[in-house]
Amino acid sequence: MTSGIKKLSRYRRHRWAAPALLVVALIGLGTTFSVASEAPAAQNVAVTQQSSQITEGKRIFLQGCSSCHGLNAEGGAIAPSLIGVGAAAVDFQVGTGRMPMADMSQQAMRKKPVYDAVQTAALAAYVASLAPGPQAVDPTSLNYERDGNTAQGGTLFRNNCAMCHNFAAQGGALTLGKYAPTLMGVDPKYIYEAMITGPQSMPKFSDKTISPAEKLSIIKWIKAAQSEPSLGGASLGRVGPVTEGLLAWTLGLGLLIGIAVWLASKAR
Amino acid sequence: MSKKEQIAGNVANYVDERTGAAKWLKKNLTKVFPDHWSFMLGEIALYSFIILLLTGTFLTFWFDPSQNEVVYNGSYVPLQHVSMSASYASTLHISFDVRGGLLMRQIHHWAALIFMVAIVAHLLRVFFTGAFRKPREFNWLIGVGLLTLGIVEGFLGYSLPDDLLSGTGIRIAEAIIQAIPVVGSYLAFFAFGGAFPGHVFISRIYTVHVLLLPGIFLALITIHLMLVWYQKHTQYPGPGRTEKNVVGYPLMPVYMAKAGGFFFIVFGITAFLGAFASINPIWLYGPYTPGQISAGSQPDWYMGWLDGLVRAAPPLETHAFGHTISWNILIPGLIIPGILFTGMALYPFIESWMTGDKREHHLLDRPRNAPNRTALGAMSLAFMLVALINGGNDIIATHFHLTINGIMWFTRIGLFVVPPIVFVITKRLCLSLQRADRELVLHGRETGRLLMLPHGEFVEVHEPLSAEKIYTLTQHEQNAPLALPDVDQNGVRGATGLKGKLRKRFSVAHAEQVPSPTLTEAKAIEHH
Ligand code: HEC
Ligand code: HEC
Ligand code: HEM
Repeated sequence: MTSGIKKLSRYRRHRWAAPALLVVALIGLGTTFSVASEAPAAQNVAVTQQSSQITEGKRIFLQGCSSCHGLNAEGGAIAPSLIGVGAAAVDFQVGTGRMPMADMSQQAMRKKPVYDAVQTAALAAYVASLAPGPQAVDPTSLNYERDGNTAQGGTLFRNNCAMCHNFAAQGGALTLGKYAPTLMGVDPKYIYEAMITGPQSMPKFSDKTISPAEKLSIIKWIKAAQSEPSLGGASLGRVGPVTEGLLAWTLGLGLLIGIAVWLASKAR
Repeated sequence: MSKKEQIAGNVANYVDERTGAAKWLKKNLTKVFPDHWSFMLGEIALYSFIILLLTGTFLTFWFDPSQNEVVYNGSYVPLQHVSMSASYASTLHISFDVRGGLLMRQIHHWAALIFMVAIVAHLLRVFFTGAFRKPREFNWLIGVGLLTLGIVEGFLGYSLPDDLLSGTGIRIAEAIIQAIPVVGSYLAFFAFGGAFPGHVFISRIYTVHVLLLPGIFLALITIHLMLVWYQKHTQYPGPGRTEKNVVGYPLMPVYMAKAGGFFFIVFGITAFLGAFASINPIWLYGPYTPGQISAGSQPDWYMGWLDGLVRAAPPLETHAFGHTISWNILIPGLIIPGILFTGMALYPFIESWMTGDKREHHLLDRPRNAPNRTALGAMSLAFMLVALINGGNDIIATHFHLTINGIMWFTRIGLFVVPPIVFVITKRLCLSLQRADRELVLHGRETGRLLMLPHGEFVEVHEPLSAEKIYTLTQHEQNAPLALPDVDQNGVRGATGLKGKLRKRFSVAHAEQVPSPTLTEAKAIEHH
């Protein structure tokens, strides 16, 4: 996922990037226009499309998920029920590669997604059709750069997230071998979905606890922390004093003793 | 004699006639210092302290030790318009809006870490070579005092900027104070001028950090150095070196030139770290607010072992007479450190009690020749190391894919099991090193050259050691356990009480040794 974005962003500065984007935008505009002008017919198409999406989603679910989550997503001995978790949870879990779970370890890990965007959407539509739940997040609706406030986001992050994810969102250990992962390089969409679905040991942050606008501020702060250059020199992993102490004992004392040995053997 | 020289001579004469300075200077400037890299560890500590004084003074010009609430509007964008304490805001100001401020802060903090590293390394050198023995017990005590104060000084400095990590540290310190039975909650109330976090704590610890403790440091360091001066430096054993002399270089000019140069090297390395390695990036931590806490909150390394002990303690509390005694904080936070530091301070006296050795020592021990002491030291180090590892358990867990609970159980068991194992292994190791020395003296150095004997057998040619080397390897004393009679000459039962029995056992353990080859043994081999 992120590597894909990295690959894409490598082309950002390409000299053809601007013209290419223009072409894409124009085609997009044209399509939107033609779709909009055919609105009544499109509605019907959308409904049938949706039901076929759900059927497709159910088909994938029976293949890839039902062994753990049950034939009707009702849950089983090893995995929870998915009824009511909503499209957002599926989009997050499958989009970040956590599901289908590879092994029954402490915690489903982020890995290369097994399903592509279309299949994920189908799965999400299927699970959402079972019972209402949080909608998957449309990335274009997250204009955090415009609507967010970094300072507010930082305060909210320290209040709600830092105890698990570390002050600089570098991740941290929880009990029993679980851990809160680093948030560096996570898609804004998945940050938002993580907050509204509360994956695994992470609590759910409803819109009452943290309003949608505040969620955007948090995302903006995380992105700012990610792109912040290391201001005082090498960052040493941003994990606090442990690496600092290690460096003092190894490089610091090592250099000093090396020179002391040299001095003591010198000028004899 | 030129005119200039004449004037200089007159001035010198004038001063000397009134102060007797010439004689004093001559005596002291020609004072001899032995030369060994491990004798420079204390110097590193001294120079780091000077660096701390210089950079710390720079910081005081802008640092505002107050917990008054202000709204930040400096140049660090992610915190603009956030309300915070004045001390946090002024630290941000030093970092981003004072020219060279961040560099000074970083040098100050790196110097603090290296100061403590050097103190500990110096202490280990003194311990493992037996330099603390009579007549240097006082200086050992002063050293333990400096170490303790260094930990406190560093902790207070770490707490000054009032960021999220340091606030968490103060909170733990408060919990430790509160855990003192009966008076704890009053003491905490007194220290914080009310309920935590209060409004006075930062300004109080500021005075202690920049005035009181540095003053005590200066006084103690002065006495420490004067004692070294007066008692003369110890030296490693070797030909020509005895308990009665010091072999080395005169203070002036050789030693002074080296020491002066070394100061700049220490400064250079600290400045290098300050320039290129970020330390305590408080702007990332955010301001302290009670109720916030970050994953991976850590103290600096010299407090890490204490934090590790507290983290390892299982929850254990008793309620009695309306008071709660939190053993889970009291034991790791106060009782164990108390035992450790008291034991360390008293060790010179304990050892001389165990061995019955009341003589002066100016020649150092090679660590292998004092197996019991070396093993005790290694054992204490192992204990500290296990505790220190647990202090970083969350970081270790995430970076090495281990579980916090696993590390915690390793610590809980390891604190009791690892030190004794280390003791036994170290002692065995020392004894086998002694045995190797003995072999070396008796049979010489292996040359790697093979010799074919007439009947076809191969033997390796051994080269006899130089007389100097043999001396160095055999000069150490041969220990004998204390002869403690069961009943002394007055008919008083001596070694039969518990204390006497313990002493007897300790002295036997301490005397364990591979005997140095005797002259007859050496002769016998030669005739071979
Ligand atoms: C190997 C068994 C396994 C497979 C296969 C599997 N899951 Fe899961 N899934 C789990 C377990 C276990 C959890 C609970 C994780 C936890 O809470 O620690 C879970 C949790 C989830 C959740 C989060 C539920 C919540 O409450 O937020 C979603 C959504 C989900 N799975 C979707 C899927 C989808 C879609 C698939 C198929 C692509 C799938 N899973 C395949 C084991 C599995
Ligand atoms: C109680 C601890 C806890 C808190 C508090 C918490 N998280 Fe999490 N978070 C977790 C855990 C555990 C995971 C991993 C879940 C998984 O692997 O499915 C996680 C996962 C995430 C992810 C997914 C990362 C990835 O690699 O895909 C994001 C994004 C996230 N959290 C953001 C937040 C934000 C933002 C907040 C604050 C509003 C927050 N978390 C608060 C424990 C926590
Ligand atoms: C004796 C002279 C000293 C003075 C005048 C002094 C002054 C200061 C001041 C004003 C601060 C807060 C400002 C800031 O953090 O940027 C500070 C922080 C600190 N001091 Fe000192 N200090 C002295 C000695 C020491 C010593 C001996 C130690 C350690 C053993 C020490 C360790 C620290 C630490 C760890 C900090 C936190 C630094 C940071 O946040 O980066 N200081 N000191």
